[in-house]
Amino acid sequence: MTAPLFLTGGRLVDPSQGLDAVGDLLLIDGKVAAIGGTIAGPEGAHRIDCAGQIVAPGLIDVHVHLREPGREDVETVATGAHAAVAGGFTAVAAMPNTRPVTDNQATVSFVKRQGEAAGFARVYPYGAITVGQMGETLAEFGEMVAAGAVAVSDDGKPVENAHIMRTALEYAQTFGIPVVEHCEVMALAHGGAMHEGTVSARLGLKGIPAEAEEIDVIRCILLAKLTGGHIHLCHLSTKGSVDLVRWGKDQGVRVTAEVCSHHISLTHEAVEGYNTNAKMNPPLRTARDVEALQQGLKDGTIDLLVTDHAPHHYDEKEREFADAPNGIVGLETALGVNVTWLVERGVLTIPQLVDRMSCLPAKVFHLPGGTLRAGALADVTVFDPSRSWVVDPAAFKSKGRNTPYGGQTLRGRATRTIVGGRLVHALDG
Amino acid sequence: MSLLGKDLIGLEGLTREQITTILDVADPLKAISERAIKKVPTLRGMTVVNLFFEASTRTRISFEFAEKRMSADTVNVATAVSSVSKGETLVDTARNLEAMKIDMVVIRHPASGAPRFLADRIESNVINAGDGTHEHPTQGLLDLLTLRSHLGSLEGKRICICGDVLHSRVARSNIWGLKALGAQVAVCGPRSLLPGAITDLGVEVFGRIEEAIGWADALNVLRLQLERMERGYIPSLREYNRIFGLTRARLERAPKDLLILHPGPMNRGVEIDSDVADGPHSVILEQVTNGVAVRMAVLYLLAGNAPALADAAKADSA
Repeated sequence: MTAPLFLTGGRLVDPSQGLDAVGDLLLIDGKVAAIGGTIAGPEGAHRIDCAGQIVAPGLIDVHVHLREPGREDVETVATGAHAAVAGGFTAVAAMPNTRPVTDNQATVSFVKRQGEAAGFARVYPYGAITVGQMGETLAEFGEMVAAGAVAVSDDGKPVENAHIMRTALEYAQTFGIPVVEHCEVMALAHGGAMHEGTVSARLGLKGIPAEAEEIDVIRCILLAKLTGGHIHLCHLSTKGSVDLVRWGKDQGVRVTAEVCSHHISLTHEAVEGYNTNAKMNPPLRTARDVEALQQGLKDGTIDLLVTDHAPHHYDEKEREFADAPNGIVGLETALGVNVTWLVERGVLTIPQLVDRMSCLPAKVFHLPGGTLRAGALADVTVFDPSRSWVVDPAAFKSKGRNTPYGGQTLRGRATRTIVGGRLVHALDG
Repeated sequence: MSLLGKDLIGLEGLTREQITTILDVADPLKAISERAIKKVPTLRGMTVVNLFFEASTRTRISFEFAEKRMSADTVNVATAVSSVSKGETLVDTARNLEAMKIDMVVIRHPASGAPRFLADRIESNVINAGDGTHEHPTQGLLDLLTLRSHLGSLEGKRICICGDVLHSRVARSNIWGLKALGAQVAVCGPRSLLPGAITDLGVEVFGRIEEAIGWADALNVLRLQLERMERGYIPSLREYNRIFGLTRARLERAPKDLLILHPGPMNRGVEIDSDVADGPHSVILEQVTNGVAVRMAVLYLLAGNAPALADAAKADSA
């Protein structure tokens, strides 16, 4: 049994109970024992002075790629979960595009066990929607959920066949899990390496039009409307997608959506010079899209923030742009990027940021956590929203170094990460 | 460092002065190729590697002539195996060549940005001999030299680039070079072969070849990139020729004499008819001749030689 943790004098920000006040937090036996005001700490408790810092329910990232099984050379569940806590995340949901694909209960339980063995962030596996992510036959949702899967997705690819998507949205209702779609019309995106626009025209790179995403967004919304299922849309990147999700929510469709930290902070200009660390799918879009995504996040159209953490080997990114793989790492930069671009610029308040990085991910994916109510899981993130730091990819806990933020100064950094009442990350010692 | 910097990756970003200097240096160098002994010692002792990851006859030979006529030592590395396939990466290939102590790399590569990528990672000068659908700067320069020798100053002149602009590195280099010299630039072709954001590059767009012919002082007719038409951008070559082909009948209705350029290799009977290609307004073979001179000028300048001495370089073997 670990010693009780006693976090004193921090600004307690917990939107799940409308709390934003300076006070103490006491964690005993992996649960929140008491919160708010001045608490008399028990003897033997490990006291952490949180003055000047935010004490929030643990951050949850529902969209990461941990590469295990299959590509342990670029990330493992353990290194990814370590990177997560270093970035302030107490839980992550791991996408199933592993090798082999996580499309069965054995692989789901393997990923879950690897997460438990690592002992950093909680790792919730996704199961695939279709066997082998081939888009043809539904994977066994029931078996996978019993083994610990929290949602299904073929992320990296869309489910192109509308009948299969319809069936998935119907069948998933038995288990109360969201169906999570990577929105892309492959025929339109074919061979594209970046956003289709001015920059792609100049650089001579094949573009991916915004409509390649938006057409799938509206298809999924309409299928959710038809079936009553819960569709969760991955990494929205365009203004049109925000408008369509807003329409869907107005219609009462069970649609939720996420946005990546890079899509609310960077534009396609970042590709200039053929920077492969600015290559991802969906691609970085225009300033107009970035603004619409920020507004969508502010007004609740977009429910939550994710990283789409996608580690790649250095050599894979160190090559011709069109041949480099998509994706960047994000677990260790997301909080800083979100504070710098959203809080510092007045898009979100600190409580709104905590809501979209902790409470809402827990709510949308029916995960434990996302709250500091007495009796809840003792998953806590302590962060300093005004702390400036320079991103040094060489210092990442992740095996991935592929970030477009290297060398940049960000504001906001996790100083303590607590999972199940255990201090698993402490900055400066 | 030369006035061009270390590398020539594209014409985007080059100033009017830089481009004019290259053309001014190239002009007198033309004479070297007219002599019995087509050689000057200017680049004696320099090693140039022609690194071609994509099939090319004309551009590679043109570079090789330019290098040899300047007395550089030349090695040709031609490989169909790009780094996409299994094998050595682009940067490893270049670093190995550099370890053998070379001075310049002329690179042709199917991936846009490959020359930039290489230039950022090796010390040798890098010259882009065509990268994907990005740029082909020496082709752009030889087009400018050819246009200038017929039209004089290009300020205010109207040049239309016709055809498969979407897949054309020649088009992009022409647009930047022509605009830097003050020309008015237009593109013409089916909408499916023009980038959606093409007007952001500061060009006019004509949907019909007849409009382009009525507007322009010169037409640069692009090769219809057959090998890149994997996805059906046009229904048929036949229809392309009937609607967008440069035919004598169309040219005869032009309000004035037009200069006709083509970067080659031509698809006769597709984007250009033979009686136009071989007709009185065609300067297509002159472009090829100018290509050697322009490449000599680029080699000369990147090697750090002073522009003013180009005439002397020409003279020192006379």
